[in-house]
Amino acid sequence: MIVELGHYALILALAVALIQGVVPMLGAQRRDAAFMEVARTGALAQFVLIALSFGSLMYAHATSDFSVANVVANSHSSKPMLYKLAGTWGNHEGSMLLWVLILAIFGAAVAAFGVNLPQALRARVLAVQSWIAIAFYLFIIFTSDPFTRMIPAPLDGAGLNPLLQDPGLAFHPPFLYLGYVGFSMAFSFAIAALIEGRVDAAWARWVRPWTLAAWMFLTVGITLGSWWAYYELGWGGWWFWDPVENASLMPWLAGTALLHSASVVEKRDALKGWTIFLAIVTFGLSLLGTFLVRSGVLTSVHAFAVDPARGIFILGLLVVIIGGSLALFAWRGPALQGGGLFQPISREGALLLNNLLLATAAASVLLGTLYPLMLEAVGGDKVSVGPPFFNAVFIPLMAPLVAAMAVGPLLAWKRADLAAALSRLWLAALATLAAILTVWLVHGLRDLVGIVGMAMAAWLFVGALSELAVRIKLFAVPLSESARRLANLPRAAWGMSLAHAGLAVAIAGMTGAGVWKQESVQLMTPGQTLSFAGYDITLDAVQPVAGPNYEATRGSFTLERDGRKRATMTPEKRFYPVEGRQTTEAAIRTTVSGDIYLVIGDRQGDGGYVTRFYFNPLVVWIWAGAAFMVAGGLLSLSDRRHRIGAPSRKAARAPGVTPIGTAGART
Amino acid sequence: MKPKHRRLTFVVIGLGLLGIAAALILSAFQESIVFFHSPSELAKHANLAERRLRIGGLVEEGSVNRSGATVTFRVTDLANAVTVAYTGILPDLFREGQGVVAEGRMKDGVFVADQVLAKHDENYMPPEVADSLKKSGQWQHMRQSMEQAGQIPQGAAR
Repeated sequence: MIVELGHYALILALAVALIQGVVPMLGAQRRDAAFMEVARTGALAQFVLIALSFGSLMYAHATSDFSVANVVANSHSSKPMLYKLAGTWGNHEGSMLLWVLILAIFGAAVAAFGVNLPQALRARVLAVQSWIAIAFYLFIIFTSDPFTRMIPAPLDGAGLNPLLQDPGLAFHPPFLYLGYVGFSMAFSFAIAALIEGRVDAAWARWVRPWTLAAWMFLTVGITLGSWWAYYELGWGGWWFWDPVENASLMPWLAGTALLHSASVVEKRDALKGWTIFLAIVTFGLSLLGTFLVRSGVLTSVHAFAVDPARGIFILGLLVVIIGGSLALFAWRGPALQGGGLFQPISREGALLLNNLLLATAAASVLLGTLYPLMLEAVGGDKVSVGPPFFNAVFIPLMAPLVAAMAVGPLLAWKRADLAAALSRLWLAALATLAAILTVWLVHGLRDLVGIVGMAMAAWLFVGALSELAVRIKLFAVPLSESARRLANLPRAAWGMSLAHAGLAVAIAGMTGAGVWKQESVQLMTPGQTLSFAGYDITLDAVQPVAGPNYEATRGSFTLERDGRKRATMTPEKRFYPVEGRQTTEAAIRTTVSGDIYLVIGDRQGDGGYVTRFYFNPLVVWIWAGAAFMVAGGLLSLSDRRHRIGAPSRKAARAPGVTPIGTAGART
Repeated sequence: MKPKHRRLTFVVIGLGLLGIAAALILSAFQESIVFFHSPSELAKHANLAERRLRIGGLVEEGSVNRSGATVTFRVTDLANAVTVAYTGILPDLFREGQGVVAEGRMKDGVFVADQVLAKHDENYMPPEVADSLKKSGQWQHMRQSMEQAGQIPQGAAR
């Protein structure tokens, strides 16, 4: 009964979305306040209905209602409760429902908190949000219904893939979706602005917090996914340039570019068309990301054959949303006249360079990800594009980006003195030189990537701090004055420095773990000791253990250094009888300088076990850097100018633009 | 500088960047694209030996042989088979009779793999493997036996 209620609520939400997609748009055109108000009511109604729908599916999962096909396919009565709940979105149908739930949450947030938005803009934004929702509701209802009953009901379910039974992965999809769907806000604002025919500083100020929030969520989502792959898959790596990972990286790159170009619109009234274009592309890539992961399109074109309806629907949806909005952009975009002019050497110029590099990086990841698919579709060879391609393209694109990142914030708007900015980075240059020399002396010249990576990290880290120092006039004025300036810095400035420094820390981690990784595979018998990466590792014993819903073979290793015991590590090989699958649980000992990572494999005929050791230097810096970046975003989001609300639009309108109601706008 | 010139500067810089990116991509592609071949193709073309490649098929029943940390097994498309040597821990879903994809190089008639992939889903047949089987004309036969064993849903896939 509750499940049917959920299904009904979903269909009802579709009906609401249809109304919300049309009426407010008409209202904004006719300046009819009552019609425009439908947008708010509709957004709140959709939220309630979808929450009900999602809640009922969650209820079915929590109570293990095996008369629901979705529960049967993805759950089992012996699963811990956390994973029963996580199982709600651990499958295609449920995750699509989560997607629309998040969409509805964002819509309701605009309706509830967007009181300072001009009414017409809000109505149009919510109407566009509703169009996206309509597409997804149709997709769920017609091709991916999670509420299908299974009669007669089986006694128990098939279980959830044990690899997914992990806290890191339970929360990874929701964060990723919060990011993807968050970019739909930027998209809706962009489409609304195109319809309205106006983009100005106030518009950018409304768009930025949403974009920033989406960017933070996506950063968290990607980091959780990478962290999960690192400790759960047992391959000792944290990024594999897998199509599924690329699918989340592309919107992140485009979103990062959007974040920076929106600030140019806000501060200088320039780059308007480009910002709109980026908003469309970012959301387009988010959609692509969702579908690449969820539909299995990317494993091969053949995946379409599994459920042709689903594949064709997805393709149609992408064509309509991306094609339609780009067509609208081509039609209305040229009317957006940029106001602020600027020299190439200026803050705007630096941000534009950042945008060009990020966009190029996103495009090359897209090319590498889709190339095998395109080649196969036209009947060519079967190929795979692996890490060598991405490393060869991505690193050379990132190096100038990072080099410019330290300089950009020191440049003035409009026209800047490059030499003066560079002279303020003397400390960063010194740190870079020190990093190069250190790496050279320790590792020699053969690890060129290592030298470049560490140099980039040092340059950016010290550069970000130097920028703060320049802002507070450290040592140029008395220290007390500097301290006062430091306390009065806007949080957005802190946020930027923190995020940039965080990237530097992450780059150091990526370089360390990528270049100086050590690895060894061997056969070990209990009692044997091997030395590896400066440690003596002894396999003490191997015994079977029983978990809540699995059986495991656990190896106990003692880790010693200089004759002193440092740790006992217990990697496992688990077997989940319900699903009939094995998983590898690595044992990881994390230190600031690097992780020791042990994996135990199958027992061999002669009583030995295959073991695999990894030493991943600085890997924890990657997660720490990502945490800094998110913290920087959070700080920036809490900036005063976002909290007290965006300014209302100026009373003086640009010629040729019809004034619109500013009811509800507050200063 | 006039606005027109300024815009031109950005366009030139942008095009230059795209050009560099395209050059990087093309040079990277030459070296880093890995072609996929079935055991039958491998048997036919000896000149594939130098390149790094991927092969795929089914792990032949009874062919898995472990000695020390190195495992050897035969990958078959049910027409031809190739011996694969791999040092390391095999993926969790590696099993005899199941689909597998290996990446590496041919060396003295043995395919030395540095990567073995078995998808994280036992119902899943890597598309490359399905294709190998189709090419060798064994797909119908294989599909029927898989359907009977409940490994793929009835009527799924072509």
